[in-house]
Amino acid sequence: MSEPIIYDLSAPGRSGVNLPAPDVPTAPLPNELLRDDLPLPEVGELQVVRHFVRLSQLNYSIDTGLYPLGSCTMKYNPKINEDAARLPGLAQLHPLADPESCQGAMMLMHELQSWLGEISGFEAVSLTPAAGAQGEFAGILMIRQYHIDRGEPERDIILVPDSAHGTNPATVTMAGLRMQQLPANAAGEVDLDALHEACSGENAGQIAGMMMTMPSTLGLFEPNIAQVIERVQSVGGLMYMDGANMNALMAVVKPGKLGFDCMHYNLHKTFSTPHGGGGPGSGAVGVNARLRDYLPGPVVRRDALPGDAAADDEVPSARYDWHMPSKSIGRLKAFAGNFGMHLRAYAYIRAYGGEGLRQVTRCAVLNANYLREKLRGEYALPYDQTADGARRYCGHEFVVRGAFDDAPGVHALDISKRLIDYGFHPPTNYFPLIVPEALLIEPTETESKDDLDKLAEAMRSIAKEARETPQLLQDAPSTAPVRRLDEAKAARQLHLCCPAARPGA
Amino acid sequence: MSYIPHTAAETQDMLAKIGVASFDELFDAVPAGQRFPTLDLPPAMSEMEIAAEMLAISEANDHAGDFAMFRGAGAYHHFIPSVVNHMLLRGEFYTAYTPYQPEISQGTLQATYEYQSMMCALTGMDAANASHYDGATSLAEAVTVALEVSRNRRKKIILSHAIHPQYREVLRTYHQGKDIRIIGDRGRGELVDLMEMLDSNTAMVAVQYPNFFGQVEDLRRLADTVHASGGLLVVVANPLALSLFTPPGEFGADIVVGEGQPLGIPLTFGGPYLGYFAIKQRLVRKIAGRIIGETVDVEGKRAYVMTLRPREQDIKRERATSNICTNQGLMALAAAVYLSLMGKNGLRQVGELNYHKAHYAAAQIDRLDGYSVDMTKPFFNEFVVACPRPIAEINAALLDAGVIGGYDLAQHYYHLPNHMLLCVTECNTRAEIDRLVDILEGLR
Amino acid sequence: MGQWNTPAELRYAKSDEWFALNGNVVSIGITDYAQDQLNDIVYVEYRDAGDQLSAGDSFGEVESVKAASELYSAVSGEIIDVNTQLEEEPEVVNADPYGAGWMIKVRIDDASQLDALMDAAAYAAYCDSR
Repeated sequence: MSEPIIYDLSAPGRSGVNLPAPDVPTAPLPNELLRDDLPLPEVGELQVVRHFVRLSQLNYSIDTGLYPLGSCTMKYNPKINEDAARLPGLAQLHPLADPESCQGAMMLMHELQSWLGEISGFEAVSLTPAAGAQGEFAGILMIRQYHIDRGEPERDIILVPDSAHGTNPATVTMAGLRMQQLPANAAGEVDLDALHEACSGENAGQIAGMMMTMPSTLGLFEPNIAQVIERVQSVGGLMYMDGANMNALMAVVKPGKLGFDCMHYNLHKTFSTPHGGGGPGSGAVGVNARLRDYLPGPVVRRDALPGDAAADDEVPSARYDWHMPSKSIGRLKAFAGNFGMHLRAYAYIRAYGGEGLRQVTRCAVLNANYLREKLRGEYALPYDQTADGARRYCGHEFVVRGAFDDAPGVHALDISKRLIDYGFHPPTNYFPLIVPEALLIEPTETESKDDLDKLAEAMRSIAKEARETPQLLQDAPSTAPVRRLDEAKAARQLHLCCPAARPGA
Repeated sequence: MSYIPHTAAETQDMLAKIGVASFDELFDAVPAGQRFPTLDLPPAMSEMEIAAEMLAISEANDHAGDFAMFRGAGAYHHFIPSVVNHMLLRGEFYTAYTPYQPEISQGTLQATYEYQSMMCALTGMDAANASHYDGATSLAEAVTVALEVSRNRRKKIILSHAIHPQYREVLRTYHQGKDIRIIGDRGRGELVDLMEMLDSNTAMVAVQYPNFFGQVEDLRRLADTVHASGGLLVVVANPLALSLFTPPGEFGADIVVGEGQPLGIPLTFGGPYLGYFAIKQRLVRKIAGRIIGETVDVEGKRAYVMTLRPREQDIKRERATSNICTNQGLMALAAAVYLSLMGKNGLRQVGELNYHKAHYAAAQIDRLDGYSVDMTKPFFNEFVVACPRPIAEINAALLDAGVIGGYDLAQHYYHLPNHMLLCVTECNTRAEIDRLVDILEGLR
Repeated sequence: MGQWNTPAELRYAKSDEWFALNGNVVSIGITDYAQDQLNDIVYVEYRDAGDQLSAGDSFGEVESVKAASELYSAVSGEIIDVNTQLEEEPEVVNADPYGAGWMIKVRIDDASQLDALMDAAAYAAYCDSR
């Protein structure tokens, strides 16, 4: 049974709220400016509750099962953080409160700025970006402005590996710069010869920087990272790190110390703020000393107050205030970022401490390598060796080829859809683009060995079915609320709005 | 440890399966000199300690739960029915991600389609997307659409100075790398002044409705004039005001954007909020971000799916016009639940409560010696008060009395010293309003 | 013999458009190979009639469910007509790429521009090689 559209539950005169009568004299309304009709549904409170509860039951989620969606870090979202987000001093705090009225919230933001800086080895952090993509945009705008201020506006090329997230090239275009794609070598790493070529001759003076993901979107640590950074910086370019995969790096390496100039964090990935069915995210951005004055603002500044605060807990030791960096690329959101995500990330880091975050990364990498070993022999593992043929381990995620030479009609998408029938969320499909039929698998550290064993068992079983009963895969899913969809119909005959919502309906 | 389920025995089994003796071997590709730094962070806390810490931080703020709130300026304290929060706390909603696999995401997809539909109902537009980060970024993305519509031949963007100042800042941040001119908002321009700036190089004109000063203007003539010059009219609208006032789609807006926060989303110190984006049918394929469409499955059953996908960054890469990936999905759900509960009559009732209470407050304050309220144009739930003293002084005195006063307009409008933008919503009782008036009276 | 239809009377570009010369007007569309690779075509958009094209310019875009491709003109001239039927029924490109699925007509001065393009045999070999 499909759930009706909310408009189908509507009957004239019904209402789902109980509002007070006006306690003030009423004022005349300006008739010439009023609307005639407001085509919203009319539904009772219980009917609204049941409608959205039923809809929720059509979703797969972390709370209901393993969600190994590569590059998205679908880890457990702690419930205590949801409680914290609903405390009145956080949920009912106005963004334009006078600083004296929001010192608690500003302290939290300031601490989070400095902790994120410590985790990644950067000098300064701004929390304003609303999502990873906005963090990237901020980073590339900073790099652009840095070169302009140095009298080198001709630097307008950003190098991007062909394995990159799609946001990277799109960001470069949005910032008004040009992307130059770098191919991967046979081991899935940055091709150093191609990099040297790109950083030579006339091109060298036009390099603004390079964007890299660490570990790469294949889930692999770049063994030549030091050479890549050195090469780009030697011709005057800056290094940007896409921090989507930070779950493999905490207390393992600090990107800022490796030489990166700038990176974004995805608080909704690494620091477990909920993904919310597509958002909100939060994409803090960190920089080294040469970019700190360019950060998007406002950031929170801490000014120590005189007096002996240690002697008396009631006397604040510092005052927090907003600060717009002197050469800031500007404001990215109306207010100072997705604070509701900041406070959850704050609570998350608080739960672990420094050694705890190292254990997060260790177990995330352990889970990925373990699952990869369990699938070895059943699925092809591309880029399984280094350029000189040595064994290599993956980071927090890995790629398998979702196709079999002896089952030519089966594609990665079919394997994914069949996994739904086995009760799992599929991995990321067809990304990274450099692996044909890619399935990118990221189990995260919060999954137990038992559940990883069950996923491996399901994938082994599907590999067998692919050869023996491929139709099962091609027809999958058969147990989900709906079967495969007619996406061509959706795109040709656009139905984006319920007809009952149209004026006059 | 915290949220990690591994036992020591399991960890050993797993390392053995991989064929390594310790965790550290898994990281041998990381440069040795930089491997395994210490993180100087505060020590780990138990859940009880976290709860206490977060409560202490919460209590160090002056919030609308304890204070009478009269501040708006783009973020509003409204009543949120209890059901909204209960639905947001469904783990099936908030711990899911982007509905890439539609077969197991129909809940998110249908709820988003319903959100899109109800935003069309409010704005009078043909299609709405699944949301942007906030109202300001929605406006910035509207500029991109307007430039695209003119195939980047028109280079002029005209903004009213009565658009939220921070929205205009964001718009400029977004487009700093482009060869375009952004004008119109440096002076005190009225709508007629914006019309005079129009020419064949103008890609769009943007105005706010009600404007930043709370006023509701008749935009019909502006719409006609903009269209005659071949540009687009973009309207930044408070969706709650659209419960009462003519929807922009009806007077010819080509794009309507704005902040969906008034629709069931708490203040939360500025975010997460909800950038809504609605557009006319002929422009729908230029829209950025996610959009949900209705279709059928292989058995002919009605179902929903992300559509117009090839415009998005993961497919179009450097040819995409926006890099947006995550939206504000959970906030769109909040708005969908809120609008479903309110419905046609409830939302109008909320709109009227705002209108009447704001007009009562404005009339009371206008009577005070030394204060005057600009009532030259109709207004919704915000209005400008000329005060006898600097606003910072007035707000400090109000705060001492448990009242959060208005927004100091001199921060962005230098010609308006001692002017306050006050906001009154359905949450403000008559007693609160009378208290505000009393305190103001004592501050002459 | 390739698996894709490549009519002998047409000329072909590496970017998978076909070109048919009729007097001083060239009709342009995408090839059977291109429509097959794109799969379900859901949207076609072109520049306006009256626009001037230089060889190598993009004249529009075609979208399928999972991909978006630029359309390129290998000839210089003025767009004199566009196929508006495809805006309503883009699936016609899949069904009849060389007939009803034509996209634009361009008036050209110099027919020798077509000489550099592939003939059917060369294009068929090119498709097979990919």
